[in-house]
Amino acid sequence: MPPNSLTSIQHNLGNASDCSGRFLWGAAARVSLGDLLRSTSLGGRLPELSGRSVLLATRDQLATALALIELDGVAARLIICAPDVSSEHLPSVIAKAGVDAIVSDHDAHDRRVVGGRLLVISTLDLAPAKRENVEHRPTEWVLLTSGTTGAPKMLIHNLNSLTAPIDLGRNLGTGVVWGTFYDIRRYGGLQIFLRALLGQGSFVLSGAAESTADYLVRLGAHLVTHISGTPSHWRRVLMSPQARTIAPHFIRLSGEIADQAILNTLHSSYPQAAINHAFASTEAGVAFEVNDGLEGFPASVVGASGEVEMKIVDGSLRIRSARTALGYLGGDNAVLPDDEGFVDTGDMVELRGDRYYFLGRRNGVINVGGLKVYPEEVEAVINRHPAVRMSMVWSRKNPITGSLVSADVVLKGDADQRREYSQIADFKREILQICQQNLAAHKIPATIRCVPALDVAAAGKMIRHHA
Amino acid sequence: MSIRSTVISLIQQIGMETRKDLPPLTDDFVLLDSGLDSLAIAIVVTRLEDTLGLDPFTESDDTSYPVTLGDFIRFYENAAKFSDVYSAQSG
Repeated sequence: MPPNSLTSIQHNLGNASDCSGRFLWGAAARVSLGDLLRSTSLGGRLPELSGRSVLLATRDQLATALALIELDGVAARLIICAPDVSSEHLPSVIAKAGVDAIVSDHDAHDRRVVGGRLLVISTLDLAPAKRENVEHRPTEWVLLTSGTTGAPKMLIHNLNSLTAPIDLGRNLGTGVVWGTFYDIRRYGGLQIFLRALLGQGSFVLSGAAESTADYLVRLGAHLVTHISGTPSHWRRVLMSPQARTIAPHFIRLSGEIADQAILNTLHSSYPQAAINHAFASTEAGVAFEVNDGLEGFPASVVGASGEVEMKIVDGSLRIRSARTALGYLGGDNAVLPDDEGFVDTGDMVELRGDRYYFLGRRNGVINVGGLKVYPEEVEAVINRHPAVRMSMVWSRKNPITGSLVSADVVLKGDADQRREYSQIADFKREILQICQQNLAAHKIPATIRCVPALDVAAAGKMIRHHA
Repeated sequence: MSIRSTVISLIQQIGMETRKDLPPLTDDFVLLDSGLDSLAIAIVVTRLEDTLGLDPFTESDDTSYPVTLGDFIRFYENAAKFSDVYSAQSG
């Protein structure tokens, strides 16, 4: 299958035979795709956004979806602000991306963020609109993922790299309804959004403050057929009394290692569903999908020729395809592809028998329910405690969120100095408090151990034991 | 300390750490719909592993995930019945 060459989402929707029976269902409103072709959520200000570098700072996923559809092929660059990007990092995102316009669904923006930039407030009350006068151009999509220091990394994609994994010629039939536990502002959710739009489907989007239980009830009411999430999302579903409200035909897992327990439990809970787990990341795109119900992936896919090529170098998986990000924005991150065009995923794999199994991340990045945690960021916060000499943060396996953050801490003073148990308990509580004040919940260590020493290599760096 | 009281006191502890007001912890308390998120449950599971030496979620490849607190406690009680670790500790 050749890579897709699409001009814009609007163009593709316009060519679709009939959009009238297709909907985007948000938590508070619904929009017919047919109506969207003749109307706007941007209050008639689309022409002003033409050719600009636009930051999408919407809170509601439906508002995000409408703006993406309208602005693709119109804006020069779309920077999709993930929900966890803190306001502290926004100014540098704006500067690096040359943002000169902001689209938002609320007007409570910091004046320093807006500056003199064009601010367009979007609405779910669509107004009739014509698009003939708007100049069309290819749009660069910029996705944000978390970086080492907490500042987001900015990855450049375009509609073709994002849709390359999607077989647009495949007819899934009518009545396809997509849903995802991901946010569409992340790569995993965006993939489902594009599958729904560019296929024949409708899409049920979760609300910003909506519980999994309420989203499941809406998914059930709209007879969801295709649904995706991380293994942690799915474990959460299976722990919900509303798990039985859905009966999907197709279940997809990505974003974390899918273990055999979650694959088996999903199969017994939803026996009618085809279940696949995909390896995908914002950097590497979708590399492959596994359909045989087993964890890991067949060794035969490594070294095989095809649209996606894979090789293992020093135990880590490298991928070459038209689906990988085109590069980083801002130029302060490592260059993506190697000399042969392969992107190093940093995911360590091990060959056992005729399958490869994922072991974890080479750089010690901890994946907590699909959210990345860089140990260095957490260690820097722990080390602010005056009694801490050094600390090492590591990934502890967890059956609910895949992994959790754990910390080993070396206290100042003589290694042989005996400390009262109560004093150590106080230090742990204080360290936890500093973390709670400075870190997102998934980055706060679940367990803290006081240890006499940490392994330090000759060059002075701590030895991290991964995988 | 019984498994029931260990589980309940750990949930209360996590509730305090995450500053969540939890409703009364009765057996029909739905774990994920009452103020605790999956991160909080994940932490409870990790601390239970440290306290009881049990991780019933990973001991089998065919898990049914507990929905209510009653399910959750039974999940650990059943695991304890088959665990030498627990019988050695309590015996």
